[in-house]
Amino acid sequence: MTGLKIALVLLMAVLTALGAFPLYEHRHYQVPVVAGPGVTKVVKLGEFAPGLNGSMADTDVFVLEGARPGGKALLLANTHANEPAGLLTAVLMIENAVLEQGTLYIIPEFNASAGRNTKPGDGYPLYFDIPTDWGSKRFRMGNRDASPLEQWPDPDVYIHFPEKQLLSYLDVRNTNRTWPGRADGPLMEKVTFAAMELLRKEKVDVAIDMHGAETMFPVTNCIVAPIKSSKIATLVSMTVKAMEGFDNHVEPSPANFHGLSHREIGDFSDTLPFLLEAPIPFLDQPTGPKTVTLLLDGKDPFLLSLSRAKKLFVPYDESGWPMDKRVGQHCSVSLEILRQFTKKNPEKAIVMSGVPRYAELVKNGVGRYFHDPAKADPKNVHYE
Amino acid sequence: MGLIMIVYYLLSLYIAVFLVWNFVREKKSVNDLILYLLVLIPLILRILRVK
Repeated sequence: MTGLKIALVLLMAVLTALGAFPLYEHRHYQVPVVAGPGVTKVVKLGEFAPGLNGSMADTDVFVLEGARPGGKALLLANTHANEPAGLLTAVLMIENAVLEQGTLYIIPEFNASAGRNTKPGDGYPLYFDIPTDWGSKRFRMGNRDASPLEQWPDPDVYIHFPEKQLLSYLDVRNTNRTWPGRADGPLMEKVTFAAMELLRKEKVDVAIDMHGAETMFPVTNCIVAPIKSSKIATLVSMTVKAMEGFDNHVEPSPANFHGLSHREIGDFSDTLPFLLEAPIPFLDQPTGPKTVTLLLDGKDPFLLSLSRAKKLFVPYDESGWPMDKRVGQHCSVSLEILRQFTKKNPEKAIVMSGVPRYAELVKNGVGRYFHDPAKADPKNVHYE
Repeated sequence: MGLIMIVYYLLSLYIAVFLVWNFVREKKSVNDLILYLLVLIPLILRILRVK
């Protein structure tokens, strides 16, 4: 019996190590981001509120300051780290954008813990590679929620602060349900509270939170905006349709659904919030295997059948919904929000250059705009 | 790390020690031996802060 026990322990130890090592590597894999000519400083989100310093939930805030003062905007990506078009858009802007007027804050890994988490039960790939002119750039595929290694245990029901609305237990680790947060709440509430403090202390005018949503989910391919942001959102929607030829309708932010960025940022600060949703077929339930190819090209035969049966909320054909198209939408819609805000508030202008729009991204691919960290000045390379 | 989280790590360690103890004392059932080890895996991964 002793020999059998030793054999079983060894077998289980080997199998556990084989499974655990890739997860450990994924959690500690660092994505290099090259701070472009527009980045004037990089600070930590934890500087704006207590409780984040030193934790894996703390994250970099890239600040791009223009030569002339003007308005201020905040761009959030990886609020849900399994919706990576926002992350690619943020990295593209960090590496290329130049502010001519105003200030832009970019947080590429807003839920930094979720960016180091994964969902093996749903067959998520651990990484995806974007082809560039100098090779491929590897990103971690994250999860919707923060890792329990940062915040554990979950409650039976998450009671939202301060509205006391009952939400799913999982939402306590979802940084798009924990707004506006609190300084002494669970860790993810501290993350959103720090972002609220950034918005309030820096008097940020516009906040854009970039997401992705299933093609079978009605709130997809859209800009979600509360009433205070709806005029700009409507102008943006009409402009990108007329000038760039893609749909991005406006969805009203529900007044009684709490914890979301497009709701609470508007209610608890003077900032105008916008939440962008680009379709991501990878997240739909009835698809084939959850491969990197599906994540990047968005092509799936089952979704195609559902599209023919009119079960999807976006146009869908054999061309799928490629990543370049989704990043292009995020870039164009974000630029257009800033342009429309500037038109309405010329004294708070935010003028940016160096960022491609939808047509250029669809034509060139997002990888064309990423810079080789091996050739960059090491002091400009940040690891996310 | 908050107090409640530390308590949960201690609980995990406590249960893991009991599983190991049962595994060592088990003399007959191979099925039980395998089950003790299977139940141990998520506890070990959490205690080692891997998953």
